[in-house]
Amino acid sequence: MATLIEYLSYPFVRNALIVAVLIAFCSSLMGVTLVLKRMSYIGDGLSHVAFGALAVASVLKVTNNMLIILPVTVVCAVILLSAGKNRLIKGDAAIAMLSVGALAFGYLLLNLFSVSSNLAGDVCSTLFGSQSILTLNPTDVYISLVLSIVVVIVFIVFYNRIFAVTFDETFAKASGVNVSFYNILIAVIIAVIIVLAMNLVGSLLISALVIFPAMASMRVFKSFKAVTIASCVFSVFCALLGIMIAIIAGTPVGATIVACDAVLFLVFCGIGALRPS
Amino acid sequence: MPPLISCNNLTIGFEDRVLYRDLSFDINSGDYLFVIGENGAGKTTLMKTLLGLKKLLGGEIKVSSGLKLSDIGYLPQQTVVQRDFPASVFEIVISGFAGKSGFKPFYSADQKKLAVENMNKLGIADLKNKCYRELSGGQQQRVLLARTLCAASKVLLLDEPVAGLDPYVTEEFYELIRKLNEEGITIIMISHDIPAAKKYASHVLHITDEPTFMTKRQYFSEGYGAGFAILKDNGN
Ligand SMILES: Nc1ncnc2c1ncn2[C@@H]1O[C@H](COP(=O)(O)OP(=O)(O)OP(=O)(O)O)[C@@H](O)[C@H]1O
Ligand SMILES: [Mg+2]
Repeated sequence: MATLIEYLSYPFVRNALIVAVLIAFCSSLMGVTLVLKRMSYIGDGLSHVAFGALAVASVLKVTNNMLIILPVTVVCAVILLSAGKNRLIKGDAAIAMLSVGALAFGYLLLNLFSVSSNLAGDVCSTLFGSQSILTLNPTDVYISLVLSIVVVIVFIVFYNRIFAVTFDETFAKASGVNVSFYNILIAVIIAVIIVLAMNLVGSLLISALVIFPAMASMRVFKSFKAVTIASCVFSVFCALLGIMIAIIAGTPVGATIVACDAVLFLVFCGIGALRPS
Repeated sequence: MPPLISCNNLTIGFEDRVLYRDLSFDINSGDYLFVIGENGAGKTTLMKTLLGLKKLLGGEIKVSSGLKLSDIGYLPQQTVVQRDFPASVFEIVISGFAGKSGFKPFYSADQKKLAVENMNKLGIADLKNKCYRELSGGQQQRVLLARTLCAASKVLLLDEPVAGLDPYVTEEFYELIRKLNEEGITIIMISHDIPAAKKYASHVLHITDEPTFMTKRQYFSEGYGAGFAILKDNGN
C-alpha cells in the first residue's frame, strides 16, 4: 500500500492513470455494437494493422507515431468494412490477409531497420503494451485526452442511430437512416479506439479491452443503455485495478489489465447464471 | 384517386440473375395485399426493391404524390442476432424514429409519447421495460411491429411476420393487423399462409417465374388459390 501511495505522487503515474481511465472508458463504448454486429474480428484485424503502421512510423522516425498510425488504421477500417460486404472477396479472408500481412511486414521492417539493441524487447512491448503506459510524454497524454473526448461526444450524439443500425440494419435503412455512413462511422471510431488502446495494452491485447466488458455486461443487464454504462464501469474498474496491481507486483500493465477483465468476466457469468430470468 | 403505388413491368432480381419479369400491379390506399410464393421465389427481394433497398432492374415504380418514402414502414424477416439482443422493449420501439430525427441526438417528448401509444395499440405497454430477448416470439413480433408503426403510418410492408408463431398467437397477430388495416393503413404482407389470405386479403400477388396479381376473389376462383376452394371465406 505504501508503495502505491508513493507511486501515485509521481506525475507519470498519475498521467498513466488518467489516460488508462479514458482509454478503458472509450474502448468499452463500442464493445456492445462490435459484438452484436459480429464485427469483433474487424477490431482484431485492425490491431494488427496498427502494429504494422507503428513499425513503419518507428522506422521513419516520425516525431509522433500517432500521425502515421491513426490515418493508416482508419483507412484500413473503412477498407475492411467494405470488403466485408463484397461477395467476391470473402470478408473474413480479407481481414485475415490484411492483418497477418501487416503483422509480418511490421516485424520485417523493424528487423531490417531497427537501430535498437533490444529488438525482441521492443517488439514484445508494442505487442503486449509492456510498461509504455508509464512512459507517456505530455503530447501523448493530450492526444489521448482529445481523442477520447471526441469519441465519447460522437458516441453520445449518434447513440440512437448507432443503436438502430446495430439492432437492425435493414430496418434502419428502410426507415431513412444513412446506414453506410453509420457503418463507416462505427469503423472509424473503432480504429481510433484501437490506436488509443495500443498505448495501454499493446496491439495484441486490444480486442480483450473492447470485448470483455461488453460480453460481461450483456450477461447481467437487460437494456442497451444499462449494458453500455455497465461496460464502461467494468472497463474503467479493471483498468485501474490492473494498473495498481501491475505497479505493486511489477507485472506487465497490459496483461494484468486483461487478466482482471477476464476474471471479472467470469464473475459476471456467475451472476448472470444465478439471476432468475 | 390515382393508386398509392403503381408498378409497371418490373424486372426483379440481382445483377447476375433475374428472378422474374413483367410484373405489374397497383396498390390503392386501404388495400391488404398478400404476397405468396415458394421459398426463394423472390418475395423478400420484391419488398426490398419496392423500398429502394435494392436496385430495380427494369420497369418503373410510381408512387402517388401524397406518399413519401418515410410513410412506408418495413418489418423485415427476423434475424438470428436480434433474438438475443440486450435491449429493452422501449428502446427498440422508439428506434423506429431513428431515421426521422435529422441531426437531433435525442428523441423528442412527442416521439416518446407516440412510441407509448403504439405500444398500447399493440397491447405491449406492460412490457415496456422488459428485455427483448426474454420475450416470446409473438411478443417480439409485436415489439417490431410497434417499431415499424413509429417509422411509418400509411403503408406497412411485413415480411413473414407470423413465421414461427403458434396458431393462437398467429391468429391474434392477424387480427391486430386487420385492425390497423381497418384504421386505413395499407398492408403488404409476405406470407405462406393461404388460408389467412382467404380470410384477410383484399388482393393476392402470387410470385413464380410468371407472377400473377389478382383480387382475392379472382385468386380463389380462377387463380392458384382455386385449389383451396374448401377454405372459409369471410366475404370481403
Ligand atoms: N445477394 C444475392 N445475390 C444473388 N441472388 C440472391 C441474393 N440474395 C438472395 N438471392 C437469391 O434470390 C432468390 C430470392 O430470394 P428471396 O429472399 O427474395 O426469396 P423469398 O421469396 O423471400 O424466400 P423465403 O420464403 O425463403 O423468404 C433466392 O433464390 C436466393 O437464393
Ligand atoms: Mg423472404
